[in-house]
Amino acid sequence: MGAGHAHPLYLPGTSPLHRARPQCKIAASLLFVLAVVATPRESFWAFGLYALALGAVAAVGRIPLAFLVRRLVIELPFLLFAVFLPFVGQGERVEVLGVPLAVGGLWGAWNIVAKGTLGVAASAIVAATTPVAELLRGLERLRLPTLLVTIAGFMVRYADVIADEVRRMRIARISRGHDPRWIWQARAVAASAGTLFIRSYERGERVYLAMVSRGYAGSMPVLEDQGATRAQWLAALCLPAVAALVAVTAWGVRP
Amino acid sequence: MTPALEVEGVAFAYPDGHQALFGVSFRIQRGERVALLGPNGAGKTTLVLQCNGVLLPGAGRVAVTGLPVATEHLKEIRRRVGIVFQDPDDQLFMPTVAEDVAFGPANLGLRGAELETRVKAALAAVGMEEHAARPPHHLSFGQRRRVAVATVLAMEPDILILDEPSSNLDPASRRELAEIVTGLDVTILMVTHDLPYALQLCPRALVMNGGTITADGPTAELLADAELLAANRLELPFGFDPAVLRAR
Repeated sequence: MGAGHAHPLYLPGTSPLHRARPQCKIAASLLFVLAVVATPRESFWAFGLYALALGAVAAVGRIPLAFLVRRLVIELPFLLFAVFLPFVGQGERVEVLGVPLAVGGLWGAWNIVAKGTLGVAASAIVAATTPVAELLRGLERLRLPTLLVTIAGFMVRYADVIADEVRRMRIARISRGHDPRWIWQARAVAASAGTLFIRSYERGERVYLAMVSRGYAGSMPVLEDQGATRAQWLAALCLPAVAALVAVTAWGVRP
Repeated sequence: MTPALEVEGVAFAYPDGHQALFGVSFRIQRGERVALLGPNGAGKTTLVLQCNGVLLPGAGRVAVTGLPVATEHLKEIRRRVGIVFQDPDDQLFMPTVAEDVAFGPANLGLRGAELETRVKAALAAVGMEEHAARPPHHLSFGQRRRVAVATVLAMEPDILILDEPSSNLDPASRRELAEIVTGLDVTILMVTHDLPYALQLCPRALVMNGGTITADGPTAELLADAELLAANRLELPFGFDPAVLRAR
């Protein structure tokens, strides 16, 4: 494991968005997503405004558009599902380039694409400006149960260690001539998975032993708490406030 | 003077019936650096876990600066005995180096500026201050081992136990760690089968085999005794001349 590489979702920087407290960013993005989801799908203009608002936030965080677009790739499987909707939908149909498409399906697809993209973009912005350790602390500040945050922390910490182990086991396997191409050759892979499980389990025991040796008695110590000031909260809540306003207006002017 | 570590007639069997220790006794005085040598399966790690009460002896007693290892003062025992485990990935589990070093003293109830001072001092002692904010998995193996030492130093232990400290280290990291260890003002018990490293760092050595202590004396003398080494499955590396030891 080389030194110096950061998490692929994180974009190091010192922008105001990077400096904002993580709990504010998490809460703001969650509220923003709720406002987006609550918006009627017919209000195209509202989604345009949301996208503009997110663009402005990304600009504050100095996140290049290309970086953000690449992060959106994770959404693709869901979009694939949305693409099917107009073809399999029931009810009224319209012809587009000679292909009959269900109107309900088209609306459904648009709904998923628009709201999904905005949601993913919002979380990508949070992830790009907040290191993982900070995210965990933010969740803790937001009163997520400490046990869940601890488990998430362990997962983040050991994902790389276990992935490394998987890689080494794979290399050791193919170095002994293993070249799995067919399903009936999966036995060795399955055995590796079993070994990996046992190893991870044993590692868990060793980690626990090391923790106990440093005075762990069942609960993680709460270290200094970095609370957010009122001004920080106000700044962070600008985005969801704008979004809520747009959503309410969209319902008001709905045809 | 109260010894830093006193082990007296300790016997221990694992729940599956495997007897790992058969009456182990020794004393380590304050400020000593002692190597615990022995082949794989000699019971070294089992003995180490007796010292901080993770395992409790079936017979005999262990005391750390006079305080017996027993369930009622495990917390204080674990402050007094700092164990650096073999795999730093087992020891470092917090998101950042600084938080990991803070874990032990925070468990002891330290907070705020006091905690921060401890963390800084411990990281400075192993030369890792500038990496405080980094996640442990972004460090090299040698750096992780040093941070693992810092996590234990931060608890200001009376005795530092190092389990195979030189394993998997490249020569430079190995030398750096040796420099750090010799610079520490703390009693040290170093578990190893790296005999030159034991000679370099520890004036005294205990040899363990089959769950008992088979020799206790100056490291240089023990390592020059070819019969003793052979009887305990210990071997000097190829080309290592015992005559060098006598000259010391």
